Amino acid sequence: MDLATLLPFVVNVIAGGLVLGFVYAIIALGYTMVYGVLQLINFAHSEVFVTGAVVGFEVFRVLEANPMNGYLKLLIALLAAMLVSGLLNVTIERLAYRPLRNAPRLVPLITAIGVSLILQDVLRLIEGFQGRFDLTYTLPGGFSGKFCGEGSSCVALGDTLRSIGLDLQLKDVILIVVSLLSLAVLNYLVNRTRLGKAIRAVAQDRVTAGLMGIDSNRMISATFLIGGALGGISGVLFGMKFGTVNAYSGFDPGIIAFTAAVLGGIGSIPGAVLGGLALGVIQNLIGVTNIFGGLLGIANLESIDASYQRIGAFIVLVLILIFKPTGLLGKSNVEKV
Amino acid sequence: MKSTALSLSVLAALALGSASAQTTVKIATLSPLSGGQSDLGTQIRNGAQLAVNEYRAQFQKLGMNLQLTAYDDQADPATGTAQARKIAADRSILAVVGTLNSGVAIPSSQALLSSRVAMVSPANTANNVTDRALSNMNRIVARDDAQGPAGANFLTDNLKAKKVYLINDKTAYGEGLTKEVEKALKAKGTQVVGNEGTEEKSDFSSIVAKIRLQRPDAIYFGGIYNQIGVFIKQLREAGITTPVMGGDGMDSSELATIAGKGATNIYFTTVAAPIDALPAARTFAANFQKTFKDQAQGFAAFGYDAAKVVLQGILAAHKANGNKVPSRTQVESAIRKGSFTGLLSGNVSFNSVGDRKSATLYVMNVQGGKYRLSARLPVRPARQ
Amino acid sequence: MTAANPVAPRRLTPVPDRTGLLLLIFVATSALLLLSHNRDLLDTLGGLGVLLRNPIVEAIVVSLFLANVLFAYLWRAAPWAKALVGLGSLLLILPWAGQEDTSLLDLSIQIMIFAALALGLNIVVGLAGLLDLGYVAFFAVGAYAWGIFASPRFAEIGRYFVENPGASAAATAVLGALTLLAGLGGYLALQRRRADDLSGSGAWGLTLLLVAGWVAWFLAGRGLFTLGERPWSLAALWIGLVPTALGLLYLAYSRGRGRDVRGALLGLSRVLLALAGVVGTVLVARSILLLTAEGITGLTTGIDPGFFWLFLALSIFAAAVVGVLIGLPVLRLKGDYLAIITLGLGEVIRVLANNLDLYSAGSQGITPIGSASVGWFDTLAARLGFAEDQYGLLFLYVLSLLMVALILLVNVRLDRSRIGRAWIAIRDDEVAAQAMGVPLVQTKLIAFATGASFAGVMGMIFAAKQTFVSPESFNLFQSIGVLAMVILGGMGSFPGVILGATVVTLLNLRILPGLGEATAGLSWIPQQANPGQLQRLIFGAILVAMMLLRPEGLLPSRRRTLELHHEDPQEDDSAKGTGPSLTGGGGDVYSPGLETREEDEPTGGTK
Repeated sequence: MDLATLLPFVVNVIAGGLVLGFVYAIIALGYTMVYGVLQLINFAHSEVFVTGAVVGFEVFRVLEANPMNGYLKLLIALLAAMLVSGLLNVTIERLAYRPLRNAPRLVPLITAIGVSLILQDVLRLIEGFQGRFDLTYTLPGGFSGKFCGEGSSCVALGDTLRSIGLDLQLKDVILIVVSLLSLAVLNYLVNRTRLGKAIRAVAQDRVTAGLMGIDSNRMISATFLIGGALGGISGVLFGMKFGTVNAYSGFDPGIIAFTAAVLGGIGSIPGAVLGGLALGVIQNLIGVTNIFGGLLGIANLESIDASYQRIGAFIVLVLILIFKPTGLLGKSNVEKV
Repeated sequence: MKSTALSLSVLAALALGSASAQTTVKIATLSPLSGGQSDLGTQIRNGAQLAVNEYRAQFQKLGMNLQLTAYDDQADPATGTAQARKIAADRSILAVVGTLNSGVAIPSSQALLSSRVAMVSPANTANNVTDRALSNMNRIVARDDAQGPAGANFLTDNLKAKKVYLINDKTAYGEGLTKEVEKALKAKGTQVVGNEGTEEKSDFSSIVAKIRLQRPDAIYFGGIYNQIGVFIKQLREAGITTPVMGGDGMDSSELATIAGKGATNIYFTTVAAPIDALPAARTFAANFQKTFKDQAQGFAAFGYDAAKVVLQGILAAHKANGNKVPSRTQVESAIRKGSFTGLLSGNVSFNSVGDRKSATLYVMNVQGGKYRLSARLPVRPARQ
Repeated sequence: MTAANPVAPRRLTPVPDRTGLLLLIFVATSALLLLSHNRDLLDTLGGLGVLLRNPIVEAIVVSLFLANVLFAYLWRAAPWAKALVGLGSLLLILPWAGQEDTSLLDLSIQIMIFAALALGLNIVVGLAGLLDLGYVAFFAVGAYAWGIFASPRFAEIGRYFVENPGASAAATAVLGALTLLAGLGGYLALQRRRADDLSGSGAWGLTLLLVAGWVAWFLAGRGLFTLGERPWSLAALWIGLVPTALGLLYLAYSRGRGRDVRGALLGLSRVLLALAGVVGTVLVARSILLLTAEGITGLTTGIDPGFFWLFLALSIFAAAVVGVLIGLPVLRLKGDYLAIITLGLGEVIRVLANNLDLYSAGSQGITPIGSASVGWFDTLAARLGFAEDQYGLLFLYVLSLLMVALILLVNVRLDRSRIGRAWIAIRDDEVAAQAMGVPLVQTKLIAFATGASFAGVMGMIFAAKQTFVSPESFNLFQSIGVLAMVILGGMGSFPGVILGATVVTLLNLRILPGLGEATAGLSWIPQQANPGQLQRLIFGAILVAMMLLRPEGLLPSRRRTLELHHEDPQEDDSAKGTGPSLTGGGGDVYSPGLETREEDEPTGGTK
């Protein structure tokens, strides 16, 4: 195999991993922010994220026939998902975590799992009443990708990218842009506003923050609102990218995103983003190890294929944590939110 | 006090009702009704329910009050075994339709063996489900080593594939099926350029990249439609138009919905006759829609067929037993020995281990989201 | 301390003696249980029979009956009555009812499997305070340890090695033994070393020497190391060398920035040596397989069932070894880092089981798996009127009962021992415990291995009961489920976690499915909203409600109750990152392992 075919292959594998990584990163932010203030693995976040995906699905479904601009539809879907997921997350915190603020830390972990199970069935129930289980996004023409051989619906961007050997579609670009925008807004919110300062203070030391006049319960609610809104965004992006979600499809990406948060250093915002991107790329590279194995003539690498993607990521995590027990960007006095 | 008296009288009425009426005869379904695979399991249950509804009047005439009890195995072997033992304890249950996963079918049928409760599987294709030669385990779907070679033949003969890329979902179903395809392809000297499993449900970018690199003539994906649909969508979005083939796990109208505009150049093998080919299939689909407000997928048809086999088996055993309610053992042997007609998958009779003596595999083709019949392949298991 | 006494809230009045009530309830529930599982009798009872046959009523009867044992444990009653009720329920009434309905035996075995798992996880999570989310991996190890050998799979493996012998057995054995000795010896030599004993250059020298040794080992052994037909030395070298080199580069970089990396280097050296031990073991095992391959091929139904007892010990050992192997590299991590790593490694075990087709049959699963057959037991069972096909199940029922009793005994003894106090010390404050001379890694490893061994033995019983193992039985949900049992029952309390396991298993296998079956025919419940399909929702709601109402668990340990009754605002020590990882947010230092003298005296903390 020559370089001319191998290079675009590698580039595409990495690009695909990065796009996936952005989805993980945004989900991971929800985990890491909650962890920052409560030191709680919010298992329910995966369902908060699926709720966002379901809301996005409903918005696109209702607006399907509407002639409005596709980007406007996407904006509505994103806003609606942010709102619903954010409020849902706040409600979960208020009902299931706040009463247990002083309980041993594993107790809210179990309620989180309980809430996660409840939400799965509630989501299925809601869609089930309309005879749906797998929800397939009906995206506006251009977003849903380009299909060769079907002529007119081709999107110029996808073509252009493909002509330079890059397997990305318009929706991938949208995904990256939306992710970067969310990150920028989040960065501003956390580092440049009074709210962000207060949240950081609570994350650092709840009691002292209280003494300084910060209402820590309100700040925790705000954190859950922001984390939930990010979950909503990631849900819509996930649905847009992969096309199909169901009530139970949050679990796997949720676990990987949490792994990403740990990889980056749990509690650290840049860490979650870095961890998500790294994990996306690592997963994809492990998935194609057999190709490299074939090229290098190493017979045993040929059996390392996509079925090892997930555990390969975990093994990388183990290796990194052996050398750096607090994750990539985690420090013992990490700035947390 | 008053309410106690009331409930007592209700109880009495119930008791009288059950005493004066006919003997209750039950069949059970065992499939996942909760959790991530619940949509497939519910389809099986609903398909069986439809068959029970159809036969209820006929049973009534013979003095039997036919009922269906649905058990939930949560797609977990341990739960499935526990439920199977509960089924064994309820002696009005004469036979079972189930399960979805062969990992559940194997221990469950073992647990049911001693109480001679016959099982007719609507979905398990794994070879070792019937290779154990249990007297109570039968199935209406084609074995992996029947369906796999049929798929492989179609790939080489009809699609003229010289290089094939194999993918499976790392479950007993998908992996077992794909292994048989691989075996058959290798026997024919067809090149297998890739063979991998993936549990990933959403992102297939690394596999798509590999497929682009390897340029296969066809792809065979052993798995369930909701995973394959997403894969096909991503494959087509990347501009790869290579035909994708699979087994009866793809038999679902949802496949085209999920794959969207990419739902083209897809083939799959199934034992259930396409709606256009058989009037009964059309009636079934319409009834299903009417009863459950939901579209019938492949698993509903298989569940319906399996239940029909069970019910016809009970009727045959009833007749053989001198028009008395048959025992479980009688039903078991009536199912194994009988021949059953009027099914969506043709006529069924089982060999000594519970596989169909012969079946027709329909190769369905999806083009532009439309399903149509592409070929009929007769299959026969090696053992008769 | 925890097991001996149940919850002890402040007692103002002495608890009345309830011997009579206990016996009454025992008789009543036993009668109900026997009645509701006797079909012939039910048929004659008319309306009552219909009622008792209702799945949900039946589930409640079973639950009430099992509650007997709980009452016998909780209530103050004459010891003979307690013994009568406890033993009578479990050894007499339950098997008796199980004769009619084997699902009761199945359910009880499943409850006891989970009780043992919960007890094992309780050591890791509840006593030692290490959050393990991949616990089911050890269960899988036990199940596969027996499953592979007691099934046709074993002959398949033999056949494979006959057909693909690869390198010669003798050379493999010699090399394996040498590697094993070197790895083990080196590890033991390093084990006592502390980072401070080494000079910086010494640590670097040691690590580089080991890496060089590995490279030389691989290069020298090229062609000799084959797994079946495939050479694996080069692949393994690449896989191992790349991350090691990256790690060393990182450490060199850290060193350049003036950080002390001796500890990390020492850790890396230990990992490399441990790896040598593992590789050596694998090679020795392979050579044994090669030598015996011809003979194995003949064992078409697996090894003789007589080996069951040997394997009972082996599965304990195997799971403990895997526990140590998983624990070694990760136990340096704290709190939730450990949680996610164990979760990942649990998945690794499952995926390996799914991918190593030769040994585990992959996703197809291993079947049929044999079980022990004990002659006198079968005779006894026959005398007692059991059918032939029920012997196996009854045997496993009695065996698992014995195992749970044994595990409980081990737990109680451990809890009162030095190691038990060390676990609690680590849980409450790692730094303080270390300062008091508790060897951290060793103590944690013992916790991991002990917890794992319980799971291992129960995995074997599970495999024998199911006659089938496949990877889908060992997914993440199972680990989370066992964790829920521990927390629900009361972390750190042995009766609590057993109760937790019983409640969760009853809910999942009996009550919720019963609810679904009982309501399936009701036309006023829309099909989509049938409780049978909403088991997760109901279970989740129960979890949340129980945790909100009783955060300390159903039967909390006394220590935990006291901790929870601190009314002080909890100090948040998150920023330090080293706080007690799993216990209450409180930063109070409790006196580790010391009994309190009075019921209401807080342990060590200040009010």
